[in-house]
Amino acid sequence: MDIPLQAVLSQAMLGLNNGAFYALLSLGLAVIFGMLNVVNFAHGAFYMLGAFAALLGFDYLGRFLGDESLRMSFWAALILGPLIVGSIGVVVEKTMLQRLYKVDHLYGLLLTFGLALIFEGVFTNYFNVSGEPYNGKPEILEGAFDLGFMFFPKYRLFAIVLSLAVCFGVWYLIERTRLGSYLRAGTENPDVTRAFGIDVPMLRTLTYFLGVALAGLAGVVAAPIYSVSPKMGSDLIIIVFAVVVIGGMGSIMGAIVTGLALGLLEGVVKVFYPPLANTVIFIVMALVLLWRPAGLFGKEA
Amino acid sequence: MADVLDHGGEMLRVTGLHAFYGESHILHGIDFGVRRGELVTLLGRNGAGRTTTLKAILGLTGRRAGSVMVNGREAIQLPTHKIAHLGVGWCPEERAIFSSLNVEENLNLPPKVRSDGMSLEEIYELFPNLWERRKSQGTRLSGGEQQMLAMARILRTGARLLLLDEITEGLAPVIVKKIGDSVRLLKARGYTIVLVEQNFRFAAGIADRHYVIEHGQVVDAVSAEELSASADRLNKYLGV
Repeated sequence: MDIPLQAVLSQAMLGLNNGAFYALLSLGLAVIFGMLNVVNFAHGAFYMLGAFAALLGFDYLGRFLGDESLRMSFWAALILGPLIVGSIGVVVEKTMLQRLYKVDHLYGLLLTFGLALIFEGVFTNYFNVSGEPYNGKPEILEGAFDLGFMFFPKYRLFAIVLSLAVCFGVWYLIERTRLGSYLRAGTENPDVTRAFGIDVPMLRTLTYFLGVALAGLAGVVAAPIYSVSPKMGSDLIIIVFAVVVIGGMGSIMGAIVTGLALGLLEGVVKVFYPPLANTVIFIVMALVLLWRPAGLFGKEA
Repeated sequence: MADVLDHGGEMLRVTGLHAFYGESHILHGIDFGVRRGELVTLLGRNGAGRTTTLKAILGLTGRRAGSVMVNGREAIQLPTHKIAHLGVGWCPEERAIFSSLNVEENLNLPPKVRSDGMSLEEIYELFPNLWERRKSQGTRLSGGEQQMLAMARILRTGARLLLLDEITEGLAPVIVKKIGDSVRLLKARGYTIVLVEQNFRFAAGIADRHYVIEHGQVVDAVSAEELSASADRLNKYLGV
């Protein structure tokens, strides 16, 4: 095969960019599954809500308040988007999810799937399936860097660096801090953790907040790259679920590394045999499940 | 049972405690009390409700009713994590060492409930093995070391009422002796201890009083002084 190295490297960079989103989203899913035992099917919807928070804040907030010049900047959205989405998550957890921890996984899955459909339906009603472009990309992130082998958009590099930083921050929080040791203990044995005087229900709410806020952040970061549409989450979430399964349910490092690696793989495969690019992740998933059913980083039961 | 009527200086007073797991009614009105600095055991056959009694004190069963006074405060309505803050430390039967935490993280996990708990240095002095293995994954320890870790981690918190469940189960005699020494030391330091114990000889050597539980009720109480005179009676309860 005669494929220039340059093409491989450029696709690898774009793949890494997708991988950064996979990592952010699968990290949230893994944290939620570990602590709450809930397969959060609403994760894609929360990602979509994050993107819409950025869009609405930029294009609609001023109109709504009667002052067209009033806009929520991209930087403000980076902070407020995750907080808004996380708060919606807290309401969901406190009013609904909380009741389902003691019953089968399936109930949490059905509830969150239903919520995802409701969020998507509401936004489709107002914004159509096609969605709208986000115009708030800050000027400083316009243009591209010369990486030698390609011109790489500054914004995409920013997205990669930001999500890597956030992923590492979350890993540190969970694996190296006192709060993290409470979370790990609460995941492993909630009863004993409670008996030690740790407020486990509170930890669960906090975990759900953190998990969906990560999805919200991914949504805000995605807004300037992909068009903001009600379906953007459900398209992505299937791949993200595959990532979590490959990495191992509930493994923090597994989610991050697998997310990045699979984004990379997808990008590189696109150069060699484009039709395979959309399927390769699922082929990997099938192989991993045959070889290590608990996932690459999961603990064997 | 005259001593049971004395309510002065009590660290724990359980009255008419009922507890359920789902639909099954496990405890049928447990009554007992422990004075400050005392060590009492809960004896009985497997399934009599001793472990459930400890769990019910902590609010870890399903529905429960009756009264649990810890250090003069009613705990029956409190959520589990608040009961710990009344000064209760629990060492569960299955030890429940966290595999996702190393030894030192396990030790540091339970939040302090009072300011006068043991320091890590004191704990390592009491259990030198734990110092050597402090960076190991908690569940990589031997059974005896895990038992020491399970006890050590509640000493750091300043809890003064210790609920110890089957702490000698499955351990070699030399380790049992070591655990016995540390329990005696804790008693000497003024801890109040409730011990669920299968090993009667172990319990007989250290307890002030024994409560016998059958079918979810306290059916008898024997003080340390009455022990030799009541041996036949106890043997009948315990079926040994």
